[in-house]
Amino acid sequence: MRSAIIRSAAFWTALVTFAATNGSALAQKKYDTGATDTEIKIGHIVPYSGPASAYGVIGKTEEAYFKMVNENGGINGRKIKFVSYDDAYSPPKAVEQVRKLVESDEVLVVFNPLGTPSNSAIQKYLNAKKVPQLFVATGATKWNDPKHFPWTIGWQPSYQSEGLIYAKYLMKEKPDAKIAVFYQNDDFGKDYLKGLKDGFGAKASAIIAEESYEISEPTIDNHIVKLKASGADVLISITTPKFAAQTIKKMAEIDWKALQIVANVSASVGSVIKPAGFENAQGLLSAAYAKDAADPQWKDDAGMKNFFALLDKYYPEADRLNSSVVYGYGAAQTLTRILEMCGDDLTRANIMKQAANLKDFTPDTLLPGVRINTSATDFAPIEQLQMMRFKGEKWDLFGDVISGEAATN
Amino acid sequence: MELFTNQVLAGIATGAIYACMALAVVMIYQAIDHLNFAQGEMAMFSTFISWQLMQWGVPYWWAFLLTLAFSFAGGIAIERLLFKPLAKAPILTNVAGFIALYGIINSFAGLIWDFTIKQYPTPFGSSPFLGSQLISTHQAGMIGVTVLLLILLFLFFQYTRIGLAMRAAASLPESARLVGINTSWMIALGWGMAAAIGSIAGILIAPVVFLEPNMMLGVLIYGFAAAVLGGLTSPLGAVVGGFLVGIFENLAGTYIPGVGNELKLPIALALIITVLVVKPAGLFGRPIVKRV
Amino acid sequence: MSAVEDVVTEAPAVEAVPKRAMTLGLGTSLVVLVALLIVPLFVKNFIIFQLTMLLIYGLAVLALNILTGGSGQFSLGQSAFYAVGAYTSAILIEYTGMNYALTLPIAGLICFAFGFAFGQPALRLSGVYLALATFALATAMPQILKLGFFEHWTGGVQGLVVTKPDAPFGLPMSQDMWLYYFTLAITIGIYIASVNLLRSRSGRAFMAIRDNEIAASAMGVDVALYKTLAFGVSAGITGVAGGLGAIAVQFVAPDSYTILLAISLFLGMVVGGVGWLPGSFVGAAFIIFVPNIAEGISKGLSGAVFGVLLFLVIFLVPHGARQVAIVAQQLIGKLKK
Repeated sequence: MRSAIIRSAAFWTALVTFAATNGSALAQKKYDTGATDTEIKIGHIVPYSGPASAYGVIGKTEEAYFKMVNENGGINGRKIKFVSYDDAYSPPKAVEQVRKLVESDEVLVVFNPLGTPSNSAIQKYLNAKKVPQLFVATGATKWNDPKHFPWTIGWQPSYQSEGLIYAKYLMKEKPDAKIAVFYQNDDFGKDYLKGLKDGFGAKASAIIAEESYEISEPTIDNHIVKLKASGADVLISITTPKFAAQTIKKMAEIDWKALQIVANVSASVGSVIKPAGFENAQGLLSAAYAKDAADPQWKDDAGMKNFFALLDKYYPEADRLNSSVVYGYGAAQTLTRILEMCGDDLTRANIMKQAANLKDFTPDTLLPGVRINTSATDFAPIEQLQMMRFKGEKWDLFGDVISGEAATN
Repeated sequence: MELFTNQVLAGIATGAIYACMALAVVMIYQAIDHLNFAQGEMAMFSTFISWQLMQWGVPYWWAFLLTLAFSFAGGIAIERLLFKPLAKAPILTNVAGFIALYGIINSFAGLIWDFTIKQYPTPFGSSPFLGSQLISTHQAGMIGVTVLLLILLFLFFQYTRIGLAMRAAASLPESARLVGINTSWMIALGWGMAAAIGSIAGILIAPVVFLEPNMMLGVLIYGFAAAVLGGLTSPLGAVVGGFLVGIFENLAGTYIPGVGNELKLPIALALIITVLVVKPAGLFGRPIVKRV
Repeated sequence: MSAVEDVVTEAPAVEAVPKRAMTLGLGTSLVVLVALLIVPLFVKNFIIFQLTMLLIYGLAVLALNILTGGSGQFSLGQSAFYAVGAYTSAILIEYTGMNYALTLPIAGLICFAFGFAFGQPALRLSGVYLALATFALATAMPQILKLGFFEHWTGGVQGLVVTKPDAPFGLPMSQDMWLYYFTLAITIGIYIASVNLLRSRSGRAFMAIRDNEIAASAMGVDVALYKTLAFGVSAGITGVAGGLGAIAVQFVAPDSYTILLAISLFLGMVVGGVGWLPGSFVGAAFIIFVPNIAEGISKGLSGAVFGVLLFLVIFLVPHGARQVAIVAQQLIGKLKK
């Protein structure tokens, strides 16, 4: 069943590609290093060890996805060889591993490298070498810069655009809000904060308290106590899962009944809200672009059925509650789509061209209505999010699918 | 003023976490005369064992007791298998061994139980304690258990034969051997007890910080700091040190303008170092006189 | 506090290494030097980059070795000095357009001053207390680099991108190869200077302090001066290594210089052999290549595999590569007879 879907998708894309390129690309095969008649070599780095090793499951999910693709005949007859290395979330190590991928393993592209620091470290090198830095796994805004870095393209919505969406929402729904912001002191937290402030514009004075934490802190209790004392009635929690759960729980414990918005990275029902206690999370707000695997409303969703089928067969030990698994699936599916679109022209230039030529593509795991669109001037694949409110044991989506880009204007 | 009291109370609550861990640190220091970097990971692993037992339907207190026994045995096993052969190696080689052990335990826990956070139950409940919204019943319970542990440890070291023998073996191994103490087994016993105390710390801390393989990383840093501040030889010092560090850190974060919040930990550590410069053996430690 | 005071004759934390045993013989040195000179001609640029990193980490481990193996002081804070050196070079290159080679002595001097200053309070501390103090420095450094106050210069959490230098005088070699030979020249210079330092009057003072501080002071060694001096020298060399690292990696960010770096350098020193300077480079090879080997064996358990490999090494040779060298020397000695 699944293989039938993939084969028909492959056929369909081949047809589109054929029509789009006037047949010239199909007529002759063109390859760069890393692609042959039988194989496409994909390079990848992610922290499998060290303090950020929780993200290692993204790599494992992608590996499982490509295994499935290969068992179903590969992409246009070529098998994917997925070479994934550990960068331990250390920029010097990322440089070493990426150079190994490019110069020693001779991969065609470097796909989905994780973390803003690691990507910043390898961006200049990959662009100088003209190797695609495809679908980076970070939400910094700077990846959407085709003019200066034509070989780098993002994937997920940027942190700033999500911040903007929250700002717009609050200005509309709660114009006299007194807002406290609690953020992680790194690139992730600071980007969100900037988005929020940009969104509030002249009304930035609505933010009456800002407080940051370091990931080395065992608990964040004292910050929450301090923020409560500021008298704010809205808390925007720009936190990673463990700290988000602590925040939700602590707010309930000290009986602080402010409206809470939690960043998308920590909106997972399974890995944040359930541990924090459903009773403490009622009325919580967030925004999403992907489906939550732990949310019962997607039980019969066709896309999620594909997702679960993949896990059952190729990655049975995966923790289904972990949102990183959903993430890896979506990213891998997007890469597969691009490679299908490339047909027999597997040059690095063509890969970037196709990556910048996605029209209304919807991976299985994205929310209904969220589509991937890119162009030669738009290197931000996913830009849409939908607001949601936590009720009972699941998220209720509400309002329209909002584009972060539109919110900018 | 209200903010001040609130921060002090929150500091005491967080300090209880550090105090708990610091007790385990002091325990191992008493036995082997240096710090064990893998101690936090050992505590984390024990906590996961108890969590797994509860997932299998074992009641809380049984899981607690089984974990305690497991940790005690595990601590002894680690010492016998991995560190006894290194007894004659230089101290720094032993430290490298601790780091290796850290990597092994952390990696296995991640593989077995994954990195997503898990909720951990508490026997004390988590409603406000005595109407105060700043300390929950769990945190009050944690402080109670810490004090209880402290008293037990004090009695153990001060009044039991084994406790005295352990102290002797750690501070003067040659003389201890001469009076017939099996110093090698005293060290193993120290590892076992430190692991058991660590597991109690882990079980008490997990409901607050959530259970996951990296949960003890930050706690251990503060636990070390607390133990060093209190004087590494004194269980009382460790507990007082824990509370002091918790309060220090909150007040620095709240009242030092500009950088206070971002540099909370460095400021707390700098303060501890200042204390050490004045009192090199810590607040409650016995000064050591060196001679040629 | 209490009337009873413990009187302890402390076993030295670092065992005495005779100063002759701190270096390689002339013959061996020449063989190693020739190998280092010609290897880059036969390997890919990526391997050259790895070798450059090996030399750079080797320098940082060497610096720690002077401090711990030389003067007996323990430090878990080397990553802080490395970071200061790296940022000094990066900021000078990117904001003032200064030549990369000139930034290195400046990085070294700033770190020397920084280390010398840090050595003052550290004088009162020893053993675990010193470990905690240096550890504090290492954890504080990334947070200080992130401070909004410095953000204009450090680039805050985003870090700074550094331009990689081309080979000068139109030399026909790649950037990587040029940087390798440049690093090699600096490494050899610092190595020879370090060997001479430890053989000099100051070196003997360091070792006297390491072996017995009280005896050393009784013999007239200015303990305070030499201990802080050891800190300063160690920090200075680490700073140069950091500057080179920034140029080789082309990027500095707070996440590059966490406590994990300090721990790696410490492991490098133990594996190479505490107090044996050539071992620093063996240790550096260990911390660069063994994680890759561990990853090759198992991705999910790479941390555990690394731990097991480390245990194997310290079980087999608790004194590190120095022990291997001594055994080899004895074997060769027997063969000659």
